[in-house]
Amino acid sequence: MLELKNLHARVVPEDAPAREILKGLSLSVPTGEVHAIMGPNGSGKSTLSYVLTGKDGYEVTGGTATFDGADLLGLAPEVRAAMGLFLSFQYPLEIAGVPVMTFVRAAMNAQRKTRGEAEISAVDFLKLSKVAAAKLRIDPDMLKRPLNVGFSGGEKKRLEIYQMLMLEPRFMILDETDSGLDIDALKVVADGVNALRGPTRGMLVITHYQRLLDYIKPDRVHVLSGGRIIASGGPDLALKLEREGYDGVIAAGA
Amino acid sequence: MSEGKETLVKDSIDRGTVDAARALESDKYAEGFVTDIEMELAPKGLSEDTVRYISAKKEEPEWMLQWRLEAFQRWREMTEPTWAMINYPKIDYQDAHYYAEPKGAAKYKTIDDVPKEILETYAKLGIPLKEQEVLLGVEGAMETAAAARETPRVAVDAVFDSVSVATTFRAELLRAGVIFMSISEAIREYPDLVKQYLGSVVPVTDNFFATLNSAVFSDGTFVYVPKGVRCPMELSTYFRMNAKGTGQFERTLIIVDEGAYVSYLEGCTAPMRDENQLHAAVVELVALADAEIKYSTVQNWWPGDSEGKGGIYNFVTKRGDCRGARSRISWTQVETGSAITWKYPSCILRGDDSSGEFYSIAVTNGRQQADTGTKMIHLGKNTKSRIISKGISAGKSNNTYRGLVSIHPKAAKARNFTQCDSLLIGQTCGAHTVPYVENRRSDAQLEHEATTTKLSDDQLFYARQRGIGEEEAVALLVNGFVRDVLQKLPMEFAVEAQKLLEVSLEGSVG
Repeated sequence: MLELKNLHARVVPEDAPAREILKGLSLSVPTGEVHAIMGPNGSGKSTLSYVLTGKDGYEVTGGTATFDGADLLGLAPEVRAAMGLFLSFQYPLEIAGVPVMTFVRAAMNAQRKTRGEAEISAVDFLKLSKVAAAKLRIDPDMLKRPLNVGFSGGEKKRLEIYQMLMLEPRFMILDETDSGLDIDALKVVADGVNALRGPTRGMLVITHYQRLLDYIKPDRVHVLSGGRIIASGGPDLALKLEREGYDGVIAAGA
Repeated sequence: MSEGKETLVKDSIDRGTVDAARALESDKYAEGFVTDIEMELAPKGLSEDTVRYISAKKEEPEWMLQWRLEAFQRWREMTEPTWAMINYPKIDYQDAHYYAEPKGAAKYKTIDDVPKEILETYAKLGIPLKEQEVLLGVEGAMETAAAARETPRVAVDAVFDSVSVATTFRAELLRAGVIFMSISEAIREYPDLVKQYLGSVVPVTDNFFATLNSAVFSDGTFVYVPKGVRCPMELSTYFRMNAKGTGQFERTLIIVDEGAYVSYLEGCTAPMRDENQLHAAVVELVALADAEIKYSTVQNWWPGDSEGKGGIYNFVTKRGDCRGARSRISWTQVETGSAITWKYPSCILRGDDSSGEFYSIAVTNGRQQADTGTKMIHLGKNTKSRIISKGISAGKSNNTYRGLVSIHPKAAKARNFTQCDSLLIGQTCGAHTVPYVENRRSDAQLEHEATTTKLSDDQLFYARQRGIGEEEAVALLVNGFVRDVLQKLPMEFAVEAQKLLEVSLEGSVG
């Protein structure tokens, strides 16, 4: 269960004054559920994903964030990752000279070490990789190339989900995973994500559009605006947003 | 970061890195210890008497002494170059000892004569001086002779301050016709070869530091590989500066005759001291027709502390002469040490169809300054050269690539490919690329690529979000950046280089 209570956070740029972005955000995502966060540009969606995963430059000024009862705030990003928190980035980073598989294996073993588990053998890793790549229709040769270097937007998103399948996180945050994907790629990616759905995992799907939610069906939908959740509901809420736009819902919620 | 956690996350990279990191955890510069041994020093200062003292110590023939004295005369008229992008207080050349040897060093006949303090020094550094301990960087000797035969072996010349204290596998190499010994011995035993080639690649008057070296060089390695012989093992020299207040002036001469081949490795370390110590070496390589020389360096001289106190001043002239047709010379260097690095391993592509290569990884952290690169001088027809330089700057350091590609009028259809990549870690370091091209041929093919990238906080966060700790994330990203050069190193050195990179960049972020 991911539980956020009255979370306040600000972004602290190196060369500009700090700005408060999250202004009292409360949210509970029980284990086994998929929740969607929708909201207009600038509402704090990406900030939320960075605050949860511990990126530098974001400062929590109030409230709490716990994962299965453990306080997340103040933990190093790699420790949160080892606890099972995974962020599928809106803009995945390019890592020159480091092949995809080398990177993912380093990540997997680092997490295992932190959890006190044995490293994965090369053979087992390759087996897992083969299955994940096939599921996402990723050409195995692509996994030997440096991570994300020269890849298209769609390929990068596909590789995010590949990493997710490999690392088998307990809680997933998908930040605008649908952007840059055509409809066929969207289906493949959604199938990959759905494969990880289950009673032991939770998921937060951040998106602008209802479209992705046709493929990854949420249990709950929340509307984020001005750094707070202003409306929550079932899947219908997403459809309503699609019909009426954010303005109507925000006006009603405010 | 706690020690336990450090080890924990380091395991994620690979086994070799982990073990290395563990060994080094206690201190960032594990080679920084001092060996306590009674030394014999030349009186402080530099004069004709110093030159005579060194020559007498080495029991050199008269011609060698004259050669040195002429160099010294020339040096006195020269001025220190100032064109490199490095800053350091004026060096007082009279305030150092130009010769330092462990007492009684001249009498070492076999490895058993070498004092145990020195043997322990090399053991601590992972350098095997007993021939049964054949693997560089691997602990413990091989169990059986059969296993040893299947393991790649490395012959070592160990230079301790101003003297070579041991040279391994000499007899076995000599059976193949390969001469591998200290240059001091070669001057006595093979004067004709030395006379013919010494100073033929780097002339006595080449530059201020090379001329100084010509006057006062102490020890170094001599290699001769005869016609058609493929040297049966890797050769290496391990340079150790130990004594306080001294400089090291090594001289290496490698001659590979027609159709022959050698791969040579060089390693360097020094204790941590508050003072700056001068290291001015000259390396000359001669490749005759169809010969090939691979020369690799892992330079890890003490770089000084993070505030720039102490460290080695490394002013080195390295040059290879592709004298014969179709000869090949390749330089691979991993430079992580020294307060100041001034070094341009170069190739003179004299023979037709000869080729030169330069692969470099230069890392600077703290207050280190490196001005390094290469010169490729194309004289012959169809000569080819390839330059791949990776500069990594962190802390408050400065890292400059300086290179010259020169195509002379007779170098028909010469080709060069140059790639210079710089990686910046943090906000306070500098990277500079200064490529010079002189082209006198319209049919030359010259390519130059240069990139500068910053190791970004976003990339680090991305890796950490996947579970990789910060230091390991830096190591992973840096290893990715230098991958194509690391692959050029002999295997034993690649492992060492990888661990060096990691250690050199420890604490460079956050």
